[in-house]
Amino acid sequence: MNLASLHLWIPPSVLWTFGAIVALLVVATIVVALMRRGDAGSHVELAARVNSWWVLVGVFAVALLFRRGIAIGFFAVLSFLALKEYLSLIPTRRADRRVLFWAYLCVPIQYWWVWQQWYHMFLIFIPVWAFLFIAMRMVLRGETKDFLRAAGTIHWGLMTMVFGLSHLAYLLVLPDGAPARGAHGAALLLFVVLLTELNDVLQYIWGRTLGRRKVMESVSPKKTVEGLVGGALTTTLVAFLLAPVLTPLTRPDSIAIGLMIGFGGFLGDVTISAVKRDIGVKDTGTMIPGHGGILDRIDSLLFTAPLFFHFMAFFYF
Amino acid sequence: MTFALHGVRRVIVTMGYLLRLFFYGVLVRLVVLFVLGLNVRHRERLPVRGPAILAANHNSHLDAMAMISLLPLRLLPKVRPVAAADYFLRNKLLAWFALNVVGIVPLNRQRTHEKEDLLAPIAAALERGEILVFFPEGSRGEPEQLAEFKTGLARIAERRPDVPVIPVYTYGLGKALPKGEWMIVPFFVDIFVGEPLHFDGDRFAYMDRYRHAMAELALEEKHADWT
Repeated sequence: MNLASLHLWIPPSVLWTFGAIVALLVVATIVVALMRRGDAGSHVELAARVNSWWVLVGVFAVALLFRRGIAIGFFAVLSFLALKEYLSLIPTRRADRRVLFWAYLCVPIQYWWVWQQWYHMFLIFIPVWAFLFIAMRMVLRGETKDFLRAAGTIHWGLMTMVFGLSHLAYLLVLPDGAPARGAHGAALLLFVVLLTELNDVLQYIWGRTLGRRKVMESVSPKKTVEGLVGGALTTTLVAFLLAPVLTPLTRPDSIAIGLMIGFGGFLGDVTISAVKRDIGVKDTGTMIPGHGGILDRIDSLLFTAPLFFHFMAFFYF
Repeated sequence: MTFALHGVRRVIVTMGYLLRLFFYGVLVRLVVLFVLGLNVRHRERLPVRGPAILAANHNSHLDAMAMISLLPLRLLPKVRPVAAADYFLRNKLLAWFALNVVGIVPLNRQRTHEKEDLLAPIAAALERGEILVFFPEGSRGEPEQLAEFKTGLARIAERRPDVPVIPVYTYGLGKALPKGEWMIVPFFVDIFVGEPLHFDGDRFAYMDRYRHAMAELALEEKHADWT
């Protein structure tokens, strides 16, 4: 089949990587089926989780493959769902209903800057303009009880769920090819998302098989040193091998990025765990069977997306 | 002439039905499933045929919409929210919309004469095999605050002990659209469905069991403050 005839905007390396992901999922599905052989009631959650991975990879592939605009829109929807999950979870004030409406409105505006490739506005809109506007809108309402808590939590949500996540979309509008020796935004995006999600899975597998010493027990009791280190190092190895396929990263840089994603992903994960523990819930939602809510799935990306983006922006663009 | 009138009436009825299908099948589902988003527990306890009553706490105009969106569209012709006649029939346009598109069973909250049987429209709807959405609190009241459940529910159950009453606890719809507001602000919504209740001969005991079932459902998830 002639790939060029499909008029895809993404490079072939992205398609090949998706092929590898599908192969990985086939293996995972077979392994889980073997684990459940003879006892359909066992590993129900694991099976649900693998099934959900199929759906997530499918949705992500459809979002990424066809048009730049569709891909950016996909991340806008993801930001909206994540922000909604966050704002539904935390205590909010009745007085801030309209304020929350403005917070939601930041989602399409932020992604509009991405679409327009207005880098300066993309960087400052939420940290400066939204930050000041939300505070103004709140103070004009005149409710002072819990004012600081509300202003702080709303802005924290905007910074992570909208500003942080939108870095993934901005990877898609980095200049294709130049000046960074053959970099393509979609390939960079796939690289960071794949490594982050793989890192989650690897840390889980290392932790479940070899995990003994607890790490951050007060936040996330199941996390172990072995899981963290084993996962992060395996992720670094994958980053080292995958970087030449998808990115312009030099070898030392690919190792640095691997470590950054390995440990940054962990930090994103435990940060959302801390939020959940603060509120007293186990999962952030029920949208993804076997995983929990949207936030349970993308928690690691909240850290790795801006870290990876600014590493690339600083050294390569 | 009569033939023409008959035809016009049929067109109007069909239009009304299509509007209702569009309203619940497209608009309501878009708002409830995308703008809001539902966490549903025990969905399997929802009725698959009428007659039945979904008895829920009441915080928002969206309450009935969210519950109806949980039922398959195939049941739509049989599904109707019970709503206050004094509120929803207060002007012609609203009345047309409420009766034909939303499809309410209008209920008078006050007797206009001594012998009036207030529950007659509900009894008639159950007789037609319909699935009713009913709010025992009687009014939305303060959002996300439970008012007292009125005994109207027990009176209906006493008349039709064969009809299952399914307690439904919702959380979050009052945050998304409280009384007195027109702008919907997105929030994820919890909908927890309880086990069907059957009448056992005592209205007060029945209401106690309903209250207890609702309290149990409310305890299934911890919710952050909203004041």
